[in-house]
Amino acid sequence: MQSDSADPEFKGIVKWIDRRLPIFTMLHKEYMVFPVPKNLNYFWSFGALASITLIVMILTGFFLAAQYQASTADAFNSVERIMRDVNYGWLIRYVHMNGASMFFIVVYIHIFRGLYYGSYKEPRELLWILGVVILVLMMGTAFMGYVLPWGQMSLWGATVITNLFSAFPLVGEPIVTWLWGGFSVDNPTLNRFFALHYLLPFVIFAVVFLHVAALHIPGSNNPDGIDPKGPADTVNFHPFMTSKDMIGIVVYLMVFAGLVFYAPNFLGHPDNYIPANPLQTPPHIVPEWYFLPYYAILRAFTDDWWFFQIFLGWWMDAKLAGVLAMFGSLVLLAALPWLDTSRVRSCRYRPYYKWAIAVFVINFLILGWVGGKPAEEPYVLISQLSTLYYFFHFLVLTPVLGWIERPKPLPASIGMPVSTPAE
Amino acid sequence: MINRLTTFSRKAAGVAALGLLVAAGSPAAQAAEAITPPDQSWGFEGIFGKFDRAAMQRGLQVYTEVCKGCHSLSQVAYRNLSVLGLNEDEIKAYAAEYEVPDGPDEEGEMFTRPALPADKFAAPFPNDNAAKAANGGALPPDLSLITKARANGHDYLYALLTGYADEAPEGIEVGDGLNYNAWFPGFQIAMAQPLYEDQVEYADGTPATIEQMSQDVTEFLAWAAEPELEQRKGMGVTVFLFLIVFLGLAIAYKKALWKTLH
Repeated sequence: MQSDSADPEFKGIVKWIDRRLPIFTMLHKEYMVFPVPKNLNYFWSFGALASITLIVMILTGFFLAAQYQASTADAFNSVERIMRDVNYGWLIRYVHMNGASMFFIVVYIHIFRGLYYGSYKEPRELLWILGVVILVLMMGTAFMGYVLPWGQMSLWGATVITNLFSAFPLVGEPIVTWLWGGFSVDNPTLNRFFALHYLLPFVIFAVVFLHVAALHIPGSNNPDGIDPKGPADTVNFHPFMTSKDMIGIVVYLMVFAGLVFYAPNFLGHPDNYIPANPLQTPPHIVPEWYFLPYYAILRAFTDDWWFFQIFLGWWMDAKLAGVLAMFGSLVLLAALPWLDTSRVRSCRYRPYYKWAIAVFVINFLILGWVGGKPAEEPYVLISQLSTLYYFFHFLVLTPVLGWIERPKPLPASIGMPVSTPAE
Repeated sequence: MINRLTTFSRKAAGVAALGLLVAAGSPAAQAAEAITPPDQSWGFEGIFGKFDRAAMQRGLQVYTEVCKGCHSLSQVAYRNLSVLGLNEDEIKAYAAEYEVPDGPDEEGEMFTRPALPADKFAAPFPNDNAAKAANGGALPPDLSLITKARANGHDYLYALLTGYADEAPEGIEVGDGLNYNAWFPGFQIAMAQPLYEDQVEYADGTPATIEQMSQDVTEFLAWAAEPELEQRKGMGVTVFLFLIVFLGLAIAYKKALWKTLH
C-alpha cells in the first residue's frame, strides 16, 4: 500500500535536532506512517477525542486557576467574578465545566468500544488496565473539581464521598480526618482539593502517554477483532485515520458547543449555584451525572437487603459493603481480560455475548438513572437488582458464555472478509 | 393534558408534604423533585434568545421598590445596568441613592458613602443574621443567581410570585408566620405575598398586574443570573455556522481520500 519503511528525510534545524533527539522520526513513525487496520469505524475516533478533551481541560483549567481563589470565603464569588467580569471568563468556565461531562461521555463510549470489540484481550491487557487507571484518575479529578466552586453540592457531595472512607474499620475515621485536614470539609479540604485537581491531570497525561505507547506496540484492534495479515489490511494513520478523526472531531465539537452555548447548566445541579452552607443540608445530595451508576451501587447495600444479610451482614456493615462494591465494580472492569474466557475478540462473531453486552449497557444506564433518584422504593429495589446484575455479568455471564458460546466463523483477513469455517 | 398531570402531581405532592417537616424559607429546600412549574415562554430562550430591555427596566423597578427591602443582589454592580439601557448619569444617580460601607479612613474609622457605579448592589442588611432577625428567622436568599439556583428557575420564579392564595387548600396546614404558596416545596413559605395589583407605577405606563410585575422581575433576574446570555447565544450561532462548513469540508476530503484506496 503506502511506502512506510523508508526513514523520512529531514532538512535544516529539524535534521540537526533529529540526529541528536529523534523526536521527528518518532512522530513520523507513530503518527504518520503508523499502520492501522483499514476497517476501523468511527468508534475508533473516541480515543483521539478523549486526548483532545484532556488538552482542552488542562488549557481552560489553567486560565480558570489564574483567576480562582481556593478559600471557602472567596471561592464562590471568585467563580462568579470569572463568569461576569473576566473577559470571556464565562466561555472558559462553561467549556471546562461541560468539558468534564464531554470527557466522561467520550471515555464511556471509548470503553464500550473496547467491551464490544474485545479490545482488552491478549495482547492488549496492559493497555486496557492503563485505561481503567485513567478512568479512576479522571473520577478523582472530576470529583475534586466539582468541589471547587464551593456551592451547596460541592460541600455536601464532598462530605458524603469523603465520608465513605470512614466505612473501613479502625483506620477509617483517622483517614477521613486526615483527608479533610480537620473535622469537617472546610478550608484545608478545599485547598488540598484544588492542589490535587491541578496535579492529577498531569498524572493522567502521563498515564495516557503510557496508554498510547502500549497501544502502539500491538496496534489498534478493529471491528473484526482479527490481526492484520499484512500491508493489504492496513492504511497509514495519516492521512487516512486523521481524515476520519477530523469528521469525528467536528461532530464532537458540535455536541460540545451545543452544551456550552445553549445548555451550559443542563448537566449540572441548580443547588451548586447556592453558596455552600455547612448548616443546611440539601434535600437530595446527588453527585455529577457521570458518577451516578457507581453511586447507585454504593447505595444499593442497605441493612435490610436480603443479599447483604445473607452474604455480608455477618462480617461487615452495609456501608462498608457498598464502598467495597463500588470500588470492586471498577476492579472487575480491570480484570475483564481474564474474566472473558472467549478467544474471539469481536462481538460481531459472538452471537450471545453481543446481547450480553447490550444488556450490560442498558443495566449500566438503569444504574445511572436510579443513582439520581432519592433513596426510596422502587428505586432502592431497582438499584439492588441492577447491582447484582452488574456483578453477575462480570463474574458469571462473561466467563460462562466464553466457554459455551459457539462463535461465528472468522474472516480470513481484514482485506478479504471471505468467511471460511473457523478452526 | 399537561395541566391535568400537573394538578395531579400537585395533589400527590401535597399529600406527601403533609408527612414532611419542611424548613420553610430555606433556599435549599427547592429540590429538583419538587413540582415542575408551568412552562412559560421567555424571549431569552431559544437559539437567538434576547432579553427584553423594556421588561428588564420594569423588572429593575419592581426589584428596587419591592424585593430590595429584603433581598440582596450581591453579584451585580450598578455599572452593569448600562445593559438595560440606562446611561452613565442615570446609573450614577441610581447608585447614589444607596449607602455602602467603606473605610477605614485616615482616622481608622469605618464609614458609609453613597454608592458609585463600580460598586456592587448595596445589601439591605449588614449580614445574614441581621437579615434573619428582621425576617422572622428566615434568610431571604440573594437573588443574583436565583434563576440558575432553582430547577426550571425562570418558570419557578414566575410561578412562585403568582402562586400565593389567601387561603391554603384543604388538607394543608400553614404554620405560624408562614404563607401558603402553591409552588414552594412544602407549600409553606416565610415570604409574605410580595406583589399586589398596582404596587408599582410603571414609568412606561404598563398596567402593573401581579402577572406583569412577576414577568418583568423574572426577566430582570434572569439577566442578573446570566448576563452573558446574549453574547453566549450569539457566539453559538457563529460557532455552529463554522462547524457546519467545516464538517462539509471534512466529509468531502475524507471521501475523496478514501476513494484512492480502491
